[in-house]
Amino acid sequence: MSEPRGAVLTGEHFMNGDVAAAEGALAVGCTFFAGYPITPATEVAERMSERMPDVEGIFIQMEDEIASMGAILGASWAGRKSMTSTSGPGFSLMMENLGLGVMTETPCVLVNVQRGGPSTGLPTLVGQQDMMQARWGSHGDYEIIALCPNSPQECFDLTIDAFNLSETYRLPVLVMSDEVVGHMTEKVVIPPEDQIARIERRITDAAPADYLPYQPEENLVPLMVAAGQGYRIHVTGLTHDERGYPEVVAPVQQRMVPRLIEKIRKNAEQIIRYESDGIAEAEVVVVCYGITSRVAQLAVEMARQQGRRVGLLRLIVAWPFPERVIRELATRIKGFVVPEINLGQMVYEVERCAAGRARTIHVPHAGGAVHDPETILARIEEASS
Amino acid sequence: MNQKAATAAGAGAGGSDTAAPPAPDVREAHAHPKDRLLRSDRLPHIWCPTCGIGTCVSSFVEAIEESGIPEERFAVVSGIGCTGRVAGYVNLDSFHTTHGRAIPFATGLHLANPKLKVVVFSGDGDLVAIGGNHLIHAARRNIDITIICVNNFIYGMTGGQLAPTTPHGARTTTSPYGNSEYPFNVPHLVASCGATYVARWTALHVRRMKQAMVAALSHRGFSFIEVIAPCSTLYARKNRLGTGTDLMKFYHDNCEVRHGANTAEIDIGFQEKIVVGKFVDIEKPTFLDRMGANLAQRRGR
Amino acid sequence: MRREIRITGFGGQGIVLAGYVLGKAASVYDHKSATLVQSYGPEARGSACAAQVVVADEPIHYPYVRGQEILVAMSQEGYDSWTEELIDGGVLLYDQDLVDAGTPPAQASFVASVPATRTAEKMGRRMAANIVMLGFLVGCTGLVEVEALREAVRTSVPAGTEDFNLSALEQGLQYAAEAVAAKGGPAKAADI
Repeated sequence: MSEPRGAVLTGEHFMNGDVAAAEGALAVGCTFFAGYPITPATEVAERMSERMPDVEGIFIQMEDEIASMGAILGASWAGRKSMTSTSGPGFSLMMENLGLGVMTETPCVLVNVQRGGPSTGLPTLVGQQDMMQARWGSHGDYEIIALCPNSPQECFDLTIDAFNLSETYRLPVLVMSDEVVGHMTEKVVIPPEDQIARIERRITDAAPADYLPYQPEENLVPLMVAAGQGYRIHVTGLTHDERGYPEVVAPVQQRMVPRLIEKIRKNAEQIIRYESDGIAEAEVVVVCYGITSRVAQLAVEMARQQGRRVGLLRLIVAWPFPERVIRELATRIKGFVVPEINLGQMVYEVERCAAGRARTIHVPHAGGAVHDPETILARIEEASS
Repeated sequence: MNQKAATAAGAGAGGSDTAAPPAPDVREAHAHPKDRLLRSDRLPHIWCPTCGIGTCVSSFVEAIEESGIPEERFAVVSGIGCTGRVAGYVNLDSFHTTHGRAIPFATGLHLANPKLKVVVFSGDGDLVAIGGNHLIHAARRNIDITIICVNNFIYGMTGGQLAPTTPHGARTTTSPYGNSEYPFNVPHLVASCGATYVARWTALHVRRMKQAMVAALSHRGFSFIEVIAPCSTLYARKNRLGTGTDLMKFYHDNCEVRHGANTAEIDIGFQEKIVVGKFVDIEKPTFLDRMGANLAQRRGR
Repeated sequence: MRREIRITGFGGQGIVLAGYVLGKAASVYDHKSATLVQSYGPEARGSACAAQVVVADEPIHYPYVRGQEILVAMSQEGYDSWTEELIDGGVLLYDQDLVDAGTPPAQASFVASVPATRTAEKMGRRMAANIVMLGFLVGCTGLVEVEALREAVRTSVPAGTEDFNLSALEQGLQYAAEAVAAKGGPAKAADI
């Protein structure tokens, strides 16, 4: 074992998306990882187990994904930036404690390297079938933030962003990678440590007697403390008041739970990110995310060679969904083409926002491989005709 | 807030809607010596009269004082259920998590800040049924946390269903003809998984229970105390065992203190003898000890 | 310029590492773009295994082989499965002791073989067959600068085995030089 390498491995690397996600986490200050092996996310855990000693961090392989998610919530309340990673079946198991993270407003990051499902499905092959589960998978009403990398470089970059968003808005943030992006190896440039954007947790400076753990600031997010700081906080998954005390009554539910949603919705414009190519003059826009965006890019180029005016809108943040840009585009284009490696998920969001003002054409794929670019091209042709 | 909740939450602060003069602060006049360690603004608690959980909490707060460990270092983690509410009543950093998941949460808290004294306070259903997998793995790893498992042989919060500790033959709302299952012998389970401190007492043994808690809090490694406690409302009623007081009397007449007993021999049969005592108290490197040693070895230090 | 390479063999031969070293040489040390995707079965050893490497001057969007320009076969199964996919003017390289090539495919413009595994065995470590093959591949095709390849080998193989692997690489480059001389010139990039 070599000497400790530090958190930020500045330089140019040839690494896969899973490893890059782990490096992004370390670079932004993650020092706690709990996980359970599962293809195709195992490489994240393996990298973390190797690297955590470099940052005086903790790696623990838990007994299952339920425990992994629980442990990172606990670690977060001890003041550390914490992460877990998983894929399909494990993502399902994490839903219960994901909800606890939302309810207790616990910053942490969950990397889901999507594979084909349902059930055990296609352990080694790609899917994008957990997008709606990411949004709605835990019971009850809530909003979530989910980012979709399309390269190992973005696995690094977006994992950093995920931590920063989780600390800013105090909730678990999802990195919705996929098997191809996770296992694909590409150049990853890790910048110098002083160029890594790090948002630290906002801690109260109020005296314990004056501190209300769930009294929100202006941005609707409360200030936090950690266990052991003398605040004697109470944190519960029950509906709770500003003190954090359980108050299982409708008025408190109506006061406290909508805020969990509003803190994301009202800040959505700051959170939402997408990348667009040629949408200003487009009559057809391909809406895509993750690995499918790279296949779609090829299809778009093929369509442009045919003289078609096609744009590409790549969701970097899938949740909250970029409603405004879709609504705006819908008023002036012929149609949206939505390729995704599932049988219909994000397309419903596009359809909802298009609201009949532009056609919405889905390009489904049951999973196990990426689309043929020609399949997407055919739907672009259909949309532009 | 409805009237009932307002009264409960505002008790002592004169928080009533009526114009009557504020009532004298009862807490002021009768301050409990352990008030500091309890969230008295949340009382009255939800537990039934003669429930054993309150007794356990009483012993626990005494044990905290006696342990000499600074109060700010404590973090109490509970799951779901009647005992799961303990976290809400102790005036310490406290976490009321999801059903069965107190131990993973506590594991994260402890590993992320080993200076914390992390105590999991939860019930038999929470820790041994839905959380059973976490229990055995935390014991196996010798995670340095303390578990207080209040075992009342039944699911209380949901109204009296079968627990993995319900004695063979006992009736519950989901075993109306008697329990057909074999219950877990919990001390034996955790001892065989690697727990380094294991004791069992009942809610009757308040002093011994407190002493065990002090020992467990001072113990380095995975410490586990099972407290057999009366559930008069459900377990006693379903099985026609009388009141909570009758159950306490039963403990008095039927407990046998046997320190160092072979945990394989301390199963609990329906209304049969209960062996109590300290069964395991050994020293063994903890998860963090072993992790530190492995790293030091690899780094040649 | 976009070059597409498929390296095939079976699990345990270091097929993916070969693709990794090639991609690293191209992207990190030769300042091109490169992607590596891999496919394999659930078995840890012995199942069919393939690495797809794309090397380009411009950013690569689609990371899969669409026109299989270069096929490297280190198993009969890999050869049988993928030879037909070679595009016109494509390049076929194989381990001569592991693959019975029969009649080489008509569309190939450059077919050459190397005793990669035998060479590595003679050197004392059969595990280095993939590195011999890499030297042969780059020597025949000029996919990346040789110095970039050397650097990628040096930084990718287990610590302590750098020198051994670099000499395996030189063996492959030597075989390539002989093949190129025999054919009157290196393999040319086919139009994909």
